[in-house]
Amino acid sequence: MNLEELNATATSERLARAKKRHHIHVCVGTACQALNSEQIAKALQAELKQRGQSHDAEVKCVGCPGLCSLGPLVEVESRVNGQATTDAPEEDRRKSVLYQFVKPEDAAEIIAHLDGEPVKRLETPLDQPFFTRQTKIVLENCGKIDPERIEDYIAAGGYQALMKALTEMTPQQVVDEITRSGLRGRGGAGFPTGLKWGTVAKADPNAYPTNVPEGIQSRKFVICNGDEGDPGAFMDRSLMEGDPHRILEGMAIAAYAVGANHGFIYVRAEYPLAVKRLRTAIRQAQRAGLLGNGIGGTAFSFNVDIRLGAGAFVCGEETALMASIEGGRGVPRPRPPFPAECGLWGCPTLINNVETLANVPPIIMKGADWFASIGTEKSKGTKVFALTGQVVNTGLIEVPMGITLREIVFDIGGGIPGGRQFKGVQTGGPSGGCIPAQFLDMPVDYESLAKVGSIMGSGGMIVMDDTTDMVEVARFFMEFCMDESCGKCIPCRAGTVQMHRILTKIQEGKATQRDIQILEELCDMVKHTSLCGLGQSAPNPVISTLRYFRDEYEKKINGHHKSKPNGLSD
Amino acid sequence: MPRTLTINGQEISARSDQTILEAAREANIHIPTLCHLDGLTDVGACRMCLVEVSGSSKLLPACTTRVQEGMEVRTETERLRAYRRQIIELLFAERNHVCAVCVANGNCELQDAAIAVGMDHVRYDYLFPKLGLDLSHERFGMDHNRCILCTRCVRACDQLEGAHTIDVMGRGARSLIIHDMNVPWGEATTCTSCGKCVMACPTGALFKQGSTVAEMVRDADKLAFLRAARDRKVWNV
Repeated sequence: MNLEELNATATSERLARAKKRHHIHVCVGTACQALNSEQIAKALQAELKQRGQSHDAEVKCVGCPGLCSLGPLVEVESRVNGQATTDAPEEDRRKSVLYQFVKPEDAAEIIAHLDGEPVKRLETPLDQPFFTRQTKIVLENCGKIDPERIEDYIAAGGYQALMKALTEMTPQQVVDEITRSGLRGRGGAGFPTGLKWGTVAKADPNAYPTNVPEGIQSRKFVICNGDEGDPGAFMDRSLMEGDPHRILEGMAIAAYAVGANHGFIYVRAEYPLAVKRLRTAIRQAQRAGLLGNGIGGTAFSFNVDIRLGAGAFVCGEETALMASIEGGRGVPRPRPPFPAECGLWGCPTLINNVETLANVPPIIMKGADWFASIGTEKSKGTKVFALTGQVVNTGLIEVPMGITLREIVFDIGGGIPGGRQFKGVQTGGPSGGCIPAQFLDMPVDYESLAKVGSIMGSGGMIVMDDTTDMVEVARFFMEFCMDESCGKCIPCRAGTVQMHRILTKIQEGKATQRDIQILEELCDMVKHTSLCGLGQSAPNPVISTLRYFRDEYEKKINGHHKSKPNGLSD
Repeated sequence: MPRTLTINGQEISARSDQTILEAAREANIHIPTLCHLDGLTDVGACRMCLVEVSGSSKLLPACTTRVQEGMEVRTETERLRAYRRQIIELLFAERNHVCAVCVANGNCELQDAAIAVGMDHVRYDYLFPKLGLDLSHERFGMDHNRCILCTRCVRACDQLEGAHTIDVMGRGARSLIIHDMNVPWGEATTCTSCGKCVMACPTGALFKQGSTVAEMVRDADKLAFLRAARDRKVWNV
């Protein structure tokens, strides 16, 4: 498919769409699917057929629109004036109604009310802060397009960025554009994406001994890290399920920029729906000539394979992930050499997170300046968060960097349910920390979160109310790290076990002040001596809860060796 | 290309392809190690050889970090000593390392390291998992309770013998050294009974059958000799 064919497909798809007066979007993300949303789509379709309205309305299965706590969600988008004759933009001539907690039995009622007033008992307002306070870049198509149809993605402007990069830009210009945009890695550490791309682009494929398997021509690689494993995080899953082509497009642009001809998407096997949709997307893109040899009529070739993770959290660490793709045991190795110089099979390798790659097409299309205008000085663009825990609206949100925690929790999240008090928010999963209420007005960006002892992380955000036992939170995450430690280095393998034992002892009321001291020493040692990011960040939940909620630890210590007010033990 | 660097204030020169550990040893500066063994590739797993390098906020493993011009390395700071002691304590608490009844008593790198760091007691709970003993091989035995998972046996078997009989199963504290697809050692069809794993073991985990307390003396230097001779193609005709 070249640019003209791409445009022709987009136009014909949009025309076909304009013929229908009503567009009914049914969320078929994992969460809504588990609540029977596929049956809802079928019931709606059957109802349309029965009423003879199929020519006038269509039912579309879409990715996650975000508000998971009200699922299954059905959105009905209708043309207001009947005919597309006005000059107003397309969006203004359409009105949308969102239905919550839909059941297959509701299909008849929804269809019956297509032309009249919405079904009041199911309606949830679309102008609530949950929707209006978000800025959607990465998730712009999630909940709008059918993730299993490439034509839908093309109609939404898909693959235009790839074409632009391939036909109008040199690889160096692509790297420069990403660098200027200020995009940083969304996997957690926030490494500048442009810098990483530039390093891989410049890296010499022959600098280290290589052993690429037969049949793979590439001597540089692009890897999409979809091994999302933090408890409470589902950003990458929703993105892979809701807009898989965007990730393929981002990977292809990245591959063009760094000079790679082969890529891998590493997805955990626990995400079967994401895997299925990515497989479908790859097949469709290959058939359309948007992946494979001679993409879009140019000389550029890029193939993508999927590799499934077998359930090890540590495989999200880049060197362990590469070892796993190579067929070895998923354990990390010391860096340097960094993957950018010596990665997969010894070749220069670019590893980016799902969300990072999903940011690439809009940056290429709209330019670095547009992207850099969103966010804060050092953290540009938006961040997708999986908002969970004790908050009214749970689900997937995308907000501009620099938004305050208060806006996220109380405006978008709708506050704490049951009239309870806000206590803290945990970001960054087992590698992050707990942020207490005193920092609610802090802007959410990489530096600010690090300053208060947490991290941006991949985007898990767990809200906790005043009933939460912070020692138990620390113990939970430590148990997770202990179970997920690969066992290669001693501090992480044995240190997490001992820290977990001490935390358990504290919970059982069997610990003394001395145990807290040993715990703190262990935290310091494991943090500074572990081999990879898992071990280096494993103590963070303990360190941050000790920092802000030390009194809860003290209360559980038996004996009378209470600490002095300055937090130091005697 | 020679490089000049300082280790603990002492100026030394090294080849550009040498690691900090190699350069230090040539200059008679001792850096403690457990998973390193001359003749095997380094994995940077035990973290005993971590050193402080000026300009780096992170501690770096001496065994896998290459020397650089003007590098300032410190190997014996208070902080490093404290960390090393903690690592040794963690190992002693993790499995069963009662020296008095161990075949390697007196010839054990873990014991030597504990003495070197001045470990006179262990602050952590002894876990003492009951991991069992594999005596199915006719000449050798393996006591998992003494194993510190340094993977020297895995690497010796793979890199020097080329058999790759030994590998690691499970993860975290449940990691276990296995033979073939987790069969008793004596039933492992790929094992050549060469004994290189036994030579490579730093503790009493791998031993010759029939050895009793303090009798297990190893000859790990042979492995380095073997590797060096092969690299120089001494036996090629």
